[in-house]
Amino acid sequence: MIQSDNVLDAKGLACPMPIVKTRKMMKEMEDGQVLEVQSTDSGTTADLQAWAESVGHQYVGNVKEADVWSHFVRKAGQEDQSQKEYPVTVDNNELLAQLQHPDTVLVDVREEAEYAFAHIPGALSIPLGQLDERMADLSKDKKFFVVCRTGNRSDMACRKLVAKGFENVTNVIPGMSKWNGEIENTVGGMNK
Amino acid sequence: MRIIQSSEVAKRVIAKESLFILDVRNETAFEDWKIEGEQVRHLNVPYFDLLDGIEEIEDQLPKDEEILVVCAKEGSSVMVAEILEEEGYSVGYLSGGMKAWSEYLEPVKIADLKSGGELYQFVRLGKGCLSYMVISGGEAAIIDATRMTDVFMDFATERGVKITNVLDTHLHADHISGGRQIALATGATYWLPPKDAVEVIFEYAALEGDTSIQIGDTKIDIQALYSPGHTIGSTSFIVDDSYLMTGDILFIDSIGRPDLAGLAEDWVGDLRESLYSRYKELSGELTVLPAHFMIIDELNEDGSVSEKLGVLYKQNHGLNIEDEKEFRELVTGNLPPQPNAYQEIRQMNMGKIQPDEETQREMEIGPNRCAVR
Repeated sequence: MIQSDNVLDAKGLACPMPIVKTRKMMKEMEDGQVLEVQSTDSGTTADLQAWAESVGHQYVGNVKEADVWSHFVRKAGQEDQSQKEYPVTVDNNELLAQLQHPDTVLVDVREEAEYAFAHIPGALSIPLGQLDERMADLSKDKKFFVVCRTGNRSDMACRKLVAKGFENVTNVIPGMSKWNGEIENTVGGMNK
Repeated sequence: MRIIQSSEVAKRVIAKESLFILDVRNETAFEDWKIEGEQVRHLNVPYFDLLDGIEEIEDQLPKDEEILVVCAKEGSSVMVAEILEEEGYSVGYLSGGMKAWSEYLEPVKIADLKSGGELYQFVRLGKGCLSYMVISGGEAAIIDATRMTDVFMDFATERGVKITNVLDTHLHADHISGGRQIALATGATYWLPPKDAVEVIFEYAALEGDTSIQIGDTKIDIQALYSPGHTIGSTSFIVDDSYLMTGDILFIDSIGRPDLAGLAEDWVGDLRESLYSRYKELSGELTVLPAHFMIIDELNEDGSVSEKLGVLYKQNHGLNIEDEKEFRELVTGNLPPQPNAYQEIRQMNMGKIQPDEETQREMEIGPNRCAVR
């Protein structure tokens, strides 16, 4: 079961309705939230990807069960445009080297749906919105590397961690959008 | 708002009439294939970019000519056409969308045969497939039928002829053959080259070199000529001593590709042998009728696709490569992408899988890619 903030039932609808309804529902959602679009029209996959790209939303991936596709689309959020402020950073290549270290903990702060379709093996999934409550489970002795799609959400997560007394925290820039290393997919569907 | 049928679009493309198309599919689908024509102009803007209105594209739309709005299945084109109509444009949409366009067949009469029959070509403009019907003495033979079997059967019924023989020049990889279905529906004999048919799971009549098939009282001769290269079994037919049906071995402006049913390296020698020896022994006066065309320029004035063999030996680049190594390089290196779902299409043409109609449509989406130029 892939988590989403909202579900749109577009089953049985023909083009253009799945996109028209997705667009309407996305307008009412908050930045960064994930919408699941259920569709039976095979044309929706390509159109939803093309539409998301043209308006700046993130097409996360889809899974197909029986004759129903479940598409996951994330609303482009403010945090995607904000400036990176946290000073301690590594690039993707340096992260690869650091992953060998036994004390390293890699925290992936993207939404669960994004994590489900493609993440670095061993990464711990804590969506940014849940970080405050789940921080207590983390050991302050570890070396934390924080990753998201482009480095902005992880920038905010790093600042939150440091504010709560974590000392060894590093932001990964740019993150998953440019990750060429090994990838794990826990849902079996296709990711974009 | 006008509902425009594929048959009208086909006639306008063949007549080289001016046509302005607003194609509202996504850009990838548009780049993959579209309605082609000498005087066809396109504007591609996905429907989802027009949901707030058409202000941004207004300067690119003609005010004094009808706009044909096209999408994949029709739904989005109706929506966009309605917006255009409200804004005062003269507009129509393509009934059934590109799906219908891909399935439309335009029948063109090729000739009255000297022994008294007729020869028709069925031009599938949306996909570049060419099928044939030979009619004589109340009987008909169909060659390389597409899956729109009703078109062929209705055509025969309208002319009061009985379909007695159905032939495929080879096991197709780019489109679904209607041959077996027509044979089942009419009781006709279905002929396939046995070397292409080793895996088929139904009964067929073995079509081998030097086989002759008679159509009607006037005895139109369909003479089989083994010409491997595109597939190992590829067979050409000579109809009425005048027409050479080359299947996917030789086209008007290109030649067959040898890689869709096996290894290009293995069959390139066969292809060269067929094109540079076997065909060369035939009369240059034969009219070549291929199973495909690749570009709209290959159409004659009347919409047919044909040319004298002698002319092709002068003009077709693929027939004029002296150096064998260069020829090998042309047909094995730089091959175009393989057709959509070609493995599944082969499986289906062998009778091994039987997907529903919607799946069959999707398997055939996209342009024809059987040739190398």
